[in-house]
Amino acid sequence: MELKRVVVTGMGALTPIGNNWKEYTENLIKGVSGAQKITRFDASKFKTQFACEIKNYDPLDYFDKKEVRKYDRYSQYAMVAADEAIADSQLDLEKINLKRAGVILGVGLGGIDTFMDGVSNFAQGDGTPKFNPFFIPKMIGNIAGGLISIRHGLKGPNFTTTSACTSSANAIVDAVNYIRLGKADVIVTGGAEAPINETGVGGFNSMKAISTRNDDPKSASRPFDVDRDGFVIGEGAGILILEDYEHAKARGAKIYGEVAGVGINADAYHMTAPHPDGEGAKDVMLLAVEDAGMKPEEVDYINVHGTSTGLGDIAEPRAIKLAFGEHAYDLNISSTKSMTGHLLGGAGAIEAIASIYAVANDIVPPTINLDNLDPEIDDKLNFTPNEAQKRTVDVAISNTFGFGGHNASILFKKFKA
Amino acid sequence: MSEIAEKVKEIIVEKLGVDESEVTNDANFTNDLGADSLDTVELIMEFESAFDIEIPDDQAENISTVGEAVAHIEKAKA
Repeated sequence: MELKRVVVTGMGALTPIGNNWKEYTENLIKGVSGAQKITRFDASKFKTQFACEIKNYDPLDYFDKKEVRKYDRYSQYAMVAADEAIADSQLDLEKINLKRAGVILGVGLGGIDTFMDGVSNFAQGDGTPKFNPFFIPKMIGNIAGGLISIRHGLKGPNFTTTSACTSSANAIVDAVNYIRLGKADVIVTGGAEAPINETGVGGFNSMKAISTRNDDPKSASRPFDVDRDGFVIGEGAGILILEDYEHAKARGAKIYGEVAGVGINADAYHMTAPHPDGEGAKDVMLLAVEDAGMKPEEVDYINVHGTSTGLGDIAEPRAIKLAFGEHAYDLNISSTKSMTGHLLGGAGAIEAIASIYAVANDIVPPTINLDNLDPEIDDKLNFTPNEAQKRTVDVAISNTFGFGGHNASILFKKFKA
Repeated sequence: MSEIAEKVKEIIVEKLGVDESEVTNDANFTNDLGADSLDTVELIMEFESAFDIEIPDDQAENISTVGEAVAHIEKAKA
């Protein structure tokens, strides 16, 4: 059976540095940080008092009042980005076979705002359960995908993957495979997260996973820098329209790039720490390269997971050297989390957009705040410090890893008919 | 209009996102105001909390219009 080719024909993004994909990618290239003091709740008693929040977002610009009450913020973000991506793809939903158009999203935490509100309300009462009838359907991690299908009438495959910070990369991988196998013509894929509340910040604080650089939030996400002290929580959504190439060609769609290879595996090592030698990370990148039928030497750019945490930022460059050998020094590497913060379940999706943008425009977004490379990291690697670099990018890999030891790599390639 | 009727109307406008003019005495939550089964449960819960009353499930099943809600609450508060 011959596998179908899979192309990207639409994008949508709602991120801490831009409320649509064009604004988002422009700010990536400019090196803009999305971090600021938390406005969502009073964080004065929290060790971390900043995050990468979405800005200038009024849900009433997108939904009516009744919808806003029923949709958790994570679902709203996913729906807003999906609306943009579908419009961007210029798919005519009146004409395509909606039974072959699906939605596969990745979500790490889901509606934790809704969960927290419902549980606090119960805890403050006398023990009488007074749960809102929307408590469950609003909270569950798969509802965003369901809501997108309802909003646009998409009746094909529909489910949600969850693998912590790898969630939306796993979703994209599944979407690619469904299209390759001929099970769908079009899939709306990507992911969303809305973790900036008391439980999200408090929970990650207890793990000592997030930065506490309260005096200078914009410099807090500093992957690979010796002074890094943890990741910065972000929120938002990224959505791709993936399409069978023949389907896209038949309707004359514009094509941003091809998804040529995917890899997924597991570290089988520790709940939250990466394998110190980056074994799983090395293997997963090579799986994606092999799946694309390519050689490691053909890769130009790696959008790394690079969260700005102590261990992960050491292991991933090691993995790159193991996977690419001498070619590692010819690669551009960057962590766009230095600008967006870490969108957890949404990270793989917005970083896929960054990678596609690099491939489509021959420019690599920077790793900002990289002032002094950690001496434990090989300084001959090019982390694209602080300024975007123009170069031919025929092939880019996006790496995403998550608690639980989940790894995913997705290989994007310049589209050639 | 009674104070209770005013408050009931206000709750319905807020929860169902409908225009005030649609919330007539005869308006049926499901058929006229677009409520689904979850919306209806939420409305009843909101009435209970706003008026500090209990509406048991078997009685809630008989409340399907604005007028029925107002009548039930007025009786419960009497």
